[in-house]
Amino acid sequence: MIHKELVIIGGGAAGLSAAVEAKKQGIEDILVLERSPYLGGILRQCIHNGFGVHKYKEDLTGVEFAGRISKEAMDADISCLTNTFALDISPDKVITAIHPEKGLFEIESSAIILAMGCRERSRGALMIPGKRCAGVITAGTAQHYLNLDGYLPGRRIIILGSGDIGLIMARQFVIEGATVERVVEIMPYSSGLARNISQCIEDFNIPISYNSTVTDIQGKGRVEQVTVAKVDENRKPIPGTEFTIPCDTLLISAGLIPENELTKAANIQLSNITKGAIVDDELMTSLPGVFSCGNVLHVHDLVDFVSEEGTKAGANASRYLKNESPDTPVISVEDGFGVNGAVPQLVRRTGSKFVEFMFRPRNKYTDCEICVDIDGTCAKRFKKMVVTPGEMCSFKVERALLNQANQSVTVRLEV
Amino acid sequence: MAINTEKKQMICINCPVGCRLTATIADNQVLSVEGNTCKRGEDFARQEAIEPLRVLTSLMRIQGREKPFSVKTSAPVPKKILFDCVKEIFEHPVDASKLPIHTGDIILSNVCKSGVDIISTQDVIS
Repeated sequence: MIHKELVIIGGGAAGLSAAVEAKKQGIEDILVLERSPYLGGILRQCIHNGFGVHKYKEDLTGVEFAGRISKEAMDADISCLTNTFALDISPDKVITAIHPEKGLFEIESSAIILAMGCRERSRGALMIPGKRCAGVITAGTAQHYLNLDGYLPGRRIIILGSGDIGLIMARQFVIEGATVERVVEIMPYSSGLARNISQCIEDFNIPISYNSTVTDIQGKGRVEQVTVAKVDENRKPIPGTEFTIPCDTLLISAGLIPENELTKAANIQLSNITKGAIVDDELMTSLPGVFSCGNVLHVHDLVDFVSEEGTKAGANASRYLKNESPDTPVISVEDGFGVNGAVPQLVRRTGSKFVEFMFRPRNKYTDCEICVDIDGTCAKRFKKMVVTPGEMCSFKVERALLNQANQSVTVRLEV
Repeated sequence: MAINTEKKQMICINCPVGCRLTATIADNQVLSVEGNTCKRGEDFARQEAIEPLRVLTSLMRIQGREKPFSVKTSAPVPKKILFDCVKEIFEHPVDASKLPIHTGDIILSNVCKSGVDIISTQDVIS
């Protein structure tokens, strides 16, 4: 069996940032496992711009961002094994992986960083009734077909869900010569960013129906039409409001789920809310020496923050390997009103001066405050002009303040 | 004589906040901007009300090959010429003899006489 000091699973923005930082901190024996033939992760299929504004202070395309971060890893001489699929992690940190030439093999690792990213919610997860015909695909799959493989997966498109990937794909389909018949959103508002509604939907006069959903898919062999209906306040279709739209493709853009099969295999504790591992402020999971970062930990809004979290995980794993990690966790962090999945869920009593938290708001609120309650009393407030579920909130609190908690810390919104 | 003023509403695309802006225009000149929370918002509205600009990102073919590579305009171009730019990109697939192509290489210069180039956003080695 091979032994490595640090194995990073996933060669996307999070994994590569972690690898580069760990190397910088003096860890030499690093291996990155990547299941696709290339490094860069999902960024490779994101040809649109809007990436890197924080990290590189430049407006880059996803492909350019992937190029830069892959080059940083190459320049740091990080060994990366592409075409390698990690199948299992045992509780004693043995990774089983498969590679076209090496076959099935095992790596024993002193520390592991989980950076597997997330996957899209599919038709099955949404339980859309109708025919099992071809032409029902997720927005990210369409993005792969179009940008990496080079063909349009359809000519007349309906998009279910108005998440950012769906909005970006709506624009790109129009640019590349297809027709987007309609975007259908079950909520009264878009879960995507306002600027994407503006520059992807309104710029190209694409019709969008809110409070609506797809209730049936029809077609022989290939999708021929879908049925759309209005929904009531409980998001149940209202009988009599149905209408059909002819199309050849239904794109699904209805949210992302962290991909944690390996995490489960290692018996690591997961959060029901984020669907990622429960971590402390060192980004360490319930299995000592295993860290989690990026979209496998919680679904981020910007790749810049994914990369930043990867860097943090790389630094923290290095400290763990050098036996310089601080105390074990003792304070737990709970979600209060309006807060969906504050990360980290645990804070150690000792460590860096500040602890950084991130979460997604449950709803859209204006003129509100993020409150940090220590044993039930608000100890810190941050004013926010606008918060929306499409955008992550982040803030920093002094550890000394959190340390005053005897029982718990709660993060909540005050409207 | 009273000046005819017109109000244009828009969402700022500079950052994720997405401020709702209103520009007051007369005689193709922006008189005032409301709703912005920063200077970039005002600049955006002044430009957007008269001549909206966008960065175009698209795909470029290599002659005789199936897989495309990604390109963008080197600077924002007028929104009204986006589809003309796409057409020009589509009509000028790159000859395979031009490989390797590197990120930032000019693929089409002065696209649609806009003064802006189409540049590669990826490396295509072979």
